Amino acid sequence: MPSLAELILHFALLSLLAFGGGNATLPEMQRLVVEQYHWMSAATFSELFAVAQAAPGPNVLVVSLIGLQLAGIPGFFAVTAAFCLPSSLLMYGFARWWRGVGDAPWRIAVQGAVGPVAVGLVLASGWLMAATAAGPGGWPAMLLAVATVILVLALPWNPLWWIAAGALLGLAGAV
Amino acid sequence: MGVLTEPASPSLGALFRGFCLIGLSGFGGVMPWARRYIVERYRWLPPGEFAALLGLCQIMPGPNVMNLALCLGARFQGWRGAVVAPLGIMLAPMAIVLALGLAYLNFGEMAPVRAMLRGISAVGAGLILATGLKMLYEYRRQAPAVGLAVLVFAAIGWLRLPMLPVVALLLPAAVVIALLGRH
Repeated sequence: MPSLAELILHFALLSLLAFGGGNATLPEMQRLVVEQYHWMSAATFSELFAVAQAAPGPNVLVVSLIGLQLAGIPGFFAVTAAFCLPSSLLMYGFARWWRGVGDAPWRIAVQGAVGPVAVGLVLASGWLMAATAAGPGGWPAMLLAVATVILVLALPWNPLWWIAAGALLGLAGAV
Repeated sequence: MGVLTEPASPSLGALFRGFCLIGLSGFGGVMPWARRYIVERYRWLPPGEFAALLGLCQIMPGPNVMNLALCLGARFQGWRGAVVAPLGIMLAPMAIVLALGLAYLNFGEMAPVRAMLRGISAVGAGLILATGLKMLYEYRRQAPAVGLAVLVFAAIGWLRLPMLPVVALLLPAAVVIALLGRH
């Protein structure tokens, strides 16, 4: 198991890479805690992701659950802070003079670059979380993920309903 | 203090309460609710300014909605607002997630719990994919942007490369290409 300092270091670095927000960093978190260091199984990672989905709030909170799983309650708070503070300090520094930036060419260029990078990260994240939820040979879960995509794009319902439906389908043994 | 408060600026208490509500409103991310509360219900910002601010928060790393809370807090109440608004959005959901996480540590081994979480996990993945596709659709007329997104998807999702070199390499390259493309 990792030490608290090790966790803080990893997630503080991730904070500064988190273009596209918390969800966009899921692939890197999984690569780190499951594939590289074997701190938890892919199934546990997938289940922690599900627990975070079942709660209201910003989707960054999956990070807190990873901290809780790996280092208990101190880990919960330490990892949350490590993931939120570096980016927040950077944002605060930037926000103080952004009004002066306006439509500077470099700002538009940065926006044009970060946007598509974030899109790629979010898509990779969704794809990997679907594959992880399914596991080897788990095509019903893959099918459920694809069905969710279609339903979400077709119907403007609160995501809560789809999450509840997923829980019920899981309980019924359909996934 | 830095930022002087404008006449209609929400107080620290109002910022905290408002962002608490936003934080507790959404499942699977709260950004759509942030817009609804900030622009429509509280009228803290006109729609155009909200979009501009959101654009700024999205080019910075970190949880987008937290960045948004921080910017609005700083704008209305200086550094105190920059502390209070993000706390507002995080504290109550953190308490809920902590309770759920502790329950998971105790009951996560039970078969029905695992089955339920598998279903939720698949749906959660679908929600993220749908978000990504909606974002991609915004770039449908910009082939280089779509190419960049596909490149990042392949590097991270398919080749499973570490994020640091991918972002550190592709992001500056894309900025330079965008800057050159303007001349």
